[in-house]
Amino acid sequence: MLEKALTGSRKYWLLVFSLLAIIGVGFGTYLYQLREGLTVTGMGRDVSWGLYIGQMTFLVGVAASAVMVVLPYYLHNYKAFGKVTILGEFLAVAAITMCALMILVDLGQPSRGINIILYPSPKSVMFWDLISFAGYFTLNIVIGWTVLGAEKKSVPPPKWVKPLIYISIPWAVSIHTVTAFLYSGLGGRSFWFTAILAPRFLASAFAAGPSLLILLMYLLRKHTSFNAGKDAFQTLAKIVTYAMILNVFFVFLELFTALYSGVHEHILHFEYLYFGLGENTAAVFSMWLSAALAVFSLILLINPKTRQKDGFLILACISVFISLWIEKGMALVVTGFVPNPLDQVVEYFPTVPEVLITLGVYGIGFFILTVLYKVVISVRDSHA
Amino acid sequence: MGINRRSFLKLAGLASLSGLSAAGVSKAVSQETASLTDKKIRWGMVFDMRKCREQNNCTACIDACHKTHNVPDIKSVKEEIKWIWKAKFENAFPTQTHEFISESVKNAPSAVLCNHCENPPCVQVCPTQATFKRDSDGIVMMDFHRCIGCRYCMAGCPYGARSFNWKDPKPFVKEINPKFPLRTKGVVEKCNLCAERIAKGKIPACVEACKGKAIIFGDLNDPESEIRKVLAENDTIRRKPHLHTLPNIYYIM
Repeated sequence: MLEKALTGSRKYWLLVFSLLAIIGVGFGTYLYQLREGLTVTGMGRDVSWGLYIGQMTFLVGVAASAVMVVLPYYLHNYKAFGKVTILGEFLAVAAITMCALMILVDLGQPSRGINIILYPSPKSVMFWDLISFAGYFTLNIVIGWTVLGAEKKSVPPPKWVKPLIYISIPWAVSIHTVTAFLYSGLGGRSFWFTAILAPRFLASAFAAGPSLLILLMYLLRKHTSFNAGKDAFQTLAKIVTYAMILNVFFVFLELFTALYSGVHEHILHFEYLYFGLGENTAAVFSMWLSAALAVFSLILLINPKTRQKDGFLILACISVFISLWIEKGMALVVTGFVPNPLDQVVEYFPTVPEVLITLGVYGIGFFILTVLYKVVISVRDSHA
Repeated sequence: MGINRRSFLKLAGLASLSGLSAAGVSKAVSQETASLTDKKIRWGMVFDMRKCREQNNCTACIDACHKTHNVPDIKSVKEEIKWIWKAKFENAFPTQTHEFISESVKNAPSAVLCNHCENPPCVQVCPTQATFKRDSDGIVMMDFHRCIGCRYCMAGCPYGARSFNWKDPKPFVKEINPKFPLRTKGVVEKCNLCAERIAKGKIPACVEACKGKAIIFGDLNDPESEIRKVLAENDTIRRKPHLHTLPNIYYIM
């Protein structure tokens, strides 16, 4: 089936080569980072994780959100998702690939990465994180590819896929839970040391992921023969709405616990985020932007009149995505380190090489997504 | 008393994550019964900050340590590497400071370093066991050749005791000590309690260099040791006791 990705319109090739160019720039910058070390990033001994691990965390959510189309379709036989389920699964494949690459580019000694397998350490959450990544990647590529292959031949998918599909549902929840445990299990980092972190991760994932899927579906509808159908758009929009409400609610719970209890080390992080500590105000603007976008998107999403209009829905999805990208892709990770364990504030700003490498990883993800979606559309077209 | 309630709860927490067997994690102990018996030796240190303060602005311990271990001298807040350094009381003990603290304590810096915890979070989170707690004497060690540079240990350490080689450290080491490995870029490092000197029957370099005899080093498992006597005769504190990491580094303020 992959051969279907080798033929396409001018627009398709333009996209493919643009992505390859972005990947090229990112790869070149990565070689520079390999030579010089992680000194080319904005990280330091105080903020020792930054954009890379933040993006990894955010993208795990995008990957997990495939379950929001898989579950209604396969468990509840919700037919409107019949056409888009595979889009969700392939989005998960691309997102998980990006997660793995984000971890790889963050390693100080990437050539030794294999040590995680050579010296398995079940006490480390990172060990379980990698197992859950590998499992989820395999499940989604196998399921997606097999179901699509059956569709191509106009036969029902083989029976052995069904159990895999059922496994993939709790597995999706597990990947994001384990990623939250990566943080919430650290007693010395009070910002992350909260039981609501995993539920909050899931809520923001089920808002950001389906938002991205809606945006991708609009792009496909505009530029290709693929039309997901009104019901698919609207049901996904409702999923985004509920998930976003839950996410805002969970953030409120965090704020209440920290602010009402008045426990100093819990308040400090939120103070840094929303007001800054002393002269250190790097996060303030983007955090209020994130909050404003969250409110704005909820106004558009909760009101059925705006939610049902394409233009408003697109605007709402973009707002949700940016709001959560700031909250989870940047603030969540960085703020865990500010202030540092010695109550000192060292701020973090990503550097140009860091951004280029991150874009390169996104380029690889969207390249995989483009190729996989192209195959899906070509298979469907050949039936039309 | 075999498996106590706390270690049972810890196991239950871990089992809920992984369904693992009990082996390897049953070392968890309560604060009161800290594992005095499960190792032959348990190295520890007491920093007598009263004596340290008398030596106004002395940096002998830091200099000796960093020279012995080829610690690069990188003058950048972000990229500096330090095994032992001085921090204000409010920074070293952020939860234990207060408004009316005596001027001498408030203004005199405390020496801070790896605490060689009994429950080291860095060891727990390391995905390759590149950092580990030595069974024979409790030193929290690093294998510089196994470390992949993921920096999970730096996120896990509640004391900021770990540094990362953001770039090649070699140009920043003034005088290379050939008896100790030079690190490569991309790995984490920290105080090793001079394991290489202890192996030869020597005391840690910082203890030896201290002009005011302010650092007492010894075996906490030996009731007759000097360190135990100092601990018995003085009021001592540890950093962030509420986290239950059980540091083996003590302070007399």
